[in-house]
Amino acid sequence: MTTLLDPTSERTTGERPISARPADLADGTVGLLDISKPRGDVFISRLDELLTEMGVAVRHYRKPTFSKPAPLDLRCQIAAECGAVIEALAD
Amino acid sequence: MSLPIADGLLVVVKDDCETCHLVVPVLAELAGREDGVAVVSQDRADFPEGFDAIHDRQLDISWHLGTETTPTVYRIDDGEAVDEQAGWYRAGWERVTGMTGLGAGLPEQRPGCGSDTMLPDNYQRLLRRHSPYPMSSRRVDLGTAEDPVEAAYARGWTDGLPVVPPTEERVARMLEGTDLPPGHVLCTLPPDLAECTVEKVAINAVMAGCRPEYLPVVLAAVEAAAGRGFNIHGVSATTYFSGPVLIVNGPVRRRIGMNSGVNVLGQGNRANLTIGRALNLVVRNVGGARPGGVDQATFGSPSKLSFCFPEDEEGSPWESLAVQRGFGPEESTVTLFAAHGPIEVVDQKSRTPESLARTLALQLRMVAHPKLAGMSEAVVVVSPEHARLFREAGWTKPRLGEEIHSLLTLPVSEMVAGAGGTAEGMPPWLADQRQELTKFSPEGLWFVHAGGGAGGFSAIISGWVGGRAGSEMTTVAIDH
Repeated sequence: MTTLLDPTSERTTGERPISARPADLADGTVGLLDISKPRGDVFISRLDELLTEMGVAVRHYRKPTFSKPAPLDLRCQIAAECGAVIEALAD
Repeated sequence: MSLPIADGLLVVVKDDCETCHLVVPVLAELAGREDGVAVVSQDRADFPEGFDAIHDRQLDISWHLGTETTPTVYRIDDGEAVDEQAGWYRAGWERVTGMTGLGAGLPEQRPGCGSDTMLPDNYQRLLRRHSPYPMSSRRVDLGTAEDPVEAAYARGWTDGLPVVPPTEERVARMLEGTDLPPGHVLCTLPPDLAECTVEKVAINAVMAGCRPEYLPVVLAAVEAAAGRGFNIHGVSATTYFSGPVLIVNGPVRRRIGMNSGVNVLGQGNRANLTIGRALNLVVRNVGGARPGGVDQATFGSPSKLSFCFPEDEEGSPWESLAVQRGFGPEESTVTLFAAHGPIEVVDQKSRTPESLARTLALQLRMVAHPKLAGMSEAVVVVSPEHARLFREAGWTKPRLGEEIHSLLTLPVSEMVAGAGGTAEGMPPWLADQRQELTKFSPEGLWFVHAGGGAGGFSAIISGWVGGRAGSEMTTVAIDH
């Protein structure tokens, strides 16, 4: 019998349920996260207009660079200040 | 383990060895001593006849002694071998035993035979059995009818090419290439932020086809990839083309037989090909970056499979990349660059460095897009024919760099979005602030020397987003 050594990290994938969706966006502030890709600002601005028309409060955030995960502090700030977040992908 | 005797003489022999049969009369002389002699036989309990030999069936005694040849006579002192003589060599046996006139009638010397511990299968088994550092990876038992190569595919371990099955014996042999224990945690590897041990790197190096002496280069490359500056998470996740390009400098290049000459960026050299592949397998299997998962590249490129080469330092008119990056010429290093390519540069007509620099600049402007500046970095692999022109004219690397930066300082009006009839380009507001833009940042353009002796070509390796916004070129010393 051949025995091989496992080349992977031997981690099992953790599964977490998706967090509960807000019943009404007007109940809390919506964060708009620009990931710093070209034209992300165009998309974010349009979302701002549409949400503001609906009477939803918005706050703007921006990642320092699209090439790296959002810094932990930024993620904590968004979680503390907003009930929901929309992240604009790009180009 | 301990030896069968704590003090005295011990001889390792085997029946399947002519020289061992030759020295049987000598063993009889040694047996006549007051303290006698311990005879250890590797292959038969009854050889040599009449000596009540200790049968080293599992070869543990021979392994402990490090026996490479039979016969070998040892002087044991306080449980350790303090002197030894391999084969039959009268003066040597007399030195070890402290006796004179041994083996009268025998020739002065006769070479011995290979010890059974050195047979490949035995060697691997013994290495694993006696490793002071047991391996801790999960054992995957295959069915008797299961092909190990197919099993690796089925478990998602490969990059699409077949891998060498990572058996315990092969991994134990690979681990001989480093002085680090297998359990040593080398780094935490994104994107899964998984602990990456030396053992995991060794397993993937086996699969990639590496030899043990390549392992230190692979270990250094994994450390470089896991560094914050290199940003392997971003390199793996981007839609862009790039993967890790490895450039090796220093004495290790020659020691492990890397190719910096003909076909340097192509196929044919085991070290070049398997070291780059091993890094990518580690990123896949330990880091967790798999195509279609975290890896969302639109096209990808061969650097995601293997893109690794050494610089031709001996033939270069310039200091090496490693020296430019702050290391000594006698240090072995590996530099990681998030990149892809190469883009060809053809210039068979230039006879002055000014003319050749213009050719390089024209082609370098293409990196990413002719209207984008300050985003990507580039490494130019300058061939021996092109390098000769710069050498004869006395152009240093900084001189060439200055020339190209100057040639690639371009009017903003040509670079902004919309200019030249295409929407791609630099943001239009830049035109209000400045007249000119330089294609590469001062640290964004590098030159290395490699390639075959014939051909008026060079090669551009173009990078992903460079610097702190993306991936920083990273150089580490190879010291394990």
